[in-house]
Amino acid sequence: MSEHSHSATDTRIAEIVNGNQVVLFMKGTPLFPQCGFSSRAIAILEHLGVEYASVDVLQDMEIRQGIKSFSDWPTIPQLYIGGEFVGGSDIMMEMFEAGELQQMVEGLKQAG
Amino acid sequence: MAMPANEIEALIRTALPGAEVTITDLAGDGDHYAAHVVAPEFAGKSRIAQHQMVYRALGGRMGGELHALQLTTAVPT
Repeated sequence: MSEHSHSATDTRIAEIVNGNQVVLFMKGTPLFPQCGFSSRAIAILEHLGVEYASVDVLQDMEIRQGIKSFSDWPTIPQLYIGGEFVGGSDIMMEMFEAGELQQMVEGLKQAG
Repeated sequence: MAMPANEIEALIRTALPGAEVTITDLAGDGDHYAAHVVAPEFAGKSRIAQHQMVYRALGGRMGGELHALQLTTAVPT
């Protein structure tokens, strides 16, 4: 268990996460989310008015499974900002309500 | 697939003995829950780490037999 082999899927995920300042791994698309939790995550991102990329895990079984071990997180959606795992929709909601997500996004705008 | 609320609570309390667990059956169907977990074990941990501790307590069920669990965590005040 301690030895985590770096698979091709991990590499692909790392490229996506590092290549996009804000990226959401979700079920469905921003226009047609296929799950309530993904829908909630999109609503938060839209409310933030931030540019984001999205990956539909339903279209890619390797990423759908791989993302869970990548972040040691069992569920989808998953939000990454600046290459770091931020959380799922519950944490997004908590951070949004606390104003923390807004701060993270502002930080990106200033850095970029 | 459904999972009774008391089973969820028992799993969490086994892993986090100091935890106060409040479970709400959101849809009344034994399948869509909200859990609020307040545990001294969370002290000093990030939100992600706190949620991971709960997910670990639930074994492999999260994302499988337990699809819809809204989770909030806190340290007792």
